[in-house]
Amino acid sequence: MNWTAGIDVGSTYTKAVILDPSDSIAGRAMAKTGFRLGEAAQKVYAMALADAGLEEEEIAYVMATGYGRFQVAFRDLQVTDLTAAARGARFLFPGTRTVLDVGGQTMKASRIDQAGQVKMFRLNDKCAAGTGAFLEKTARYMGYATEDIGPLAVTSRSAVPISGVCAVFAESEVINHLSEGASPADIMQGAIVSLVERSVQLMKRVQMEPQFTIIGGIVRFPSMANLIKDRLGADVNIAPEETVQYMNAVGASVLARRRLEQVAARDDAAGEARANA
Amino acid sequence: MGYGTGVDVGSTQTKAVIIDEKRQIVGRSLIDTGANVVTAAKNAYAKALSDSGLQEEQIDYIVGTGYGRYRVTFGDIQVTEISCHGRGAVHMFPDTRTVVDMGGQDTKAIRVSPTGEILDFCMNDKCAAGTGRFLGAVAAAFEIPLQDLGAMALAGERPVKIATTCTVFAETEVLSWLSRGKKLEDILLGVHRSSVSRSVGLMRRVGIEPEVTFTGGVARNVGMVTGLKDAVDLPVNVSEDSHYMGALGAALFAMDHILSSRLPAASEESA
Repeated sequence: MNWTAGIDVGSTYTKAVILDPSDSIAGRAMAKTGFRLGEAAQKVYAMALADAGLEEEEIAYVMATGYGRFQVAFRDLQVTDLTAAARGARFLFPGTRTVLDVGGQTMKASRIDQAGQVKMFRLNDKCAAGTGAFLEKTARYMGYATEDIGPLAVTSRSAVPISGVCAVFAESEVINHLSEGASPADIMQGAIVSLVERSVQLMKRVQMEPQFTIIGGIVRFPSMANLIKDRLGADVNIAPEETVQYMNAVGASVLARRRLEQVAARDDAAGEARANA
Repeated sequence: MGYGTGVDVGSTQTKAVIIDEKRQIVGRSLIDTGANVVTAAKNAYAKALSDSGLQEEQIDYIVGTGYGRYRVTFGDIQVTEISCHGRGAVHMFPDTRTVVDMGGQDTKAIRVSPTGEILDFCMNDKCAAGTGRFLGAVAAAFEIPLQDLGAMALAGERPVKIATTCTVFAETEVLSWLSRGKKLEDILLGVHRSSVSRSVGLMRRVGIEPEVTFTGGVARNVGMVTGLKDAVDLPVNVSEDSHYMGALGAALFAMDHILSSRLPAASEESA
């Protein structure tokens, strides 16, 4: 059977997706990565197989992605996050030309062509001010947890400007604003505005074109997506909640399918050549 | 007798220094800046006054410096911290040509002339990497008192290479090294190496000429001082008052004003 799997070993979470022969998602699973990347991949793969009701032997091709992709011992091949994200975004939104991926510790923008090939990309994984960690830090300085960010920001009336130059220096800025009577919601929203600005700058640097698809943990915060829409003056695609964190794993499973077809075509050609000889 | 005061409102701590006409320090204070910058400046000034045993009326001129210098509401003028650190360092160590100042939220490299004029400077105030806050975040992550950090790092033998630049990501990285079995001292040595190399990078951009004087709160960290000496392969001047260098420089500018404003009077007398 032509089932394929995509495993995305991320810095925080490991995700796995099983794709059935008609290109529908048959199973998926997610768990914390921890420090043992290989074990995390194995565990999440087993969970996704169980979710799909399949045995390991039934999977014809496994594509790994994410920063721990080389630790996936049972992989057939690996692809970069950017390639997987481009495929995942296009799988759900075929008109995608620009992908923005904002996770806990990275921000990536890429422009892709009609075939889903990455034409240009820029990424930031050096500075927390341009990643989801900036929002987490801002929340923490005010005594809130990561889960509180979304609900807090939606109650904001007018965002307080946060410079967003450094996630560490933001602490004194946040404390100053609080002492001057600003509400935590407005400060939180200010931090989101600052991150949106960074996102748009990164997208400009890849010469963005519509349609825009946003992926990564950041889409959990509705005000982030709304602000990006306003800032771009265009609609943005956002994956449905149940797949939003699986986009790269989905992309990897789609690439696994493509690879399988290539291998089959090559084998056929080789078979024909032998038959003709 | 005239007295000049310098108040250095830093991002983390506020310092005040009072000097007499012989440019000797007669009073000093150091407090946490906290959320209210104006109050911090006032409190530091009041504390320095009581340390000197002087009354407010006896102070002739006040210079504010540091990032909060415009919040020194009782100050006569403001001077940038670059000028003040350069001036303070040359006063303490007259052969100083390169000053490296490491504070809570910025690192500066300053090249000065033999007369203490600023020839060139370079600073990092956009990113916490390599500033006092970087060391502070690591100390907090390991729950080690900040004042013990440098000495513990010097006990390290095989420094762990810190891969991340960002302080936020480094907090996670240092803890992961510990969970992967690295010795705490070796991790700390790596953290200090990383911080030193960023400062040396700034110093190279202005040109490193002996003598080198290290100022700011981080100069109290013995691991940083040792690391800096090794990295530049030169002796490094560190004063016990390194923390007060910006405030001292500001007080020296205040004294310049006091003495120069007397000049017409002095010339009349001699006439």
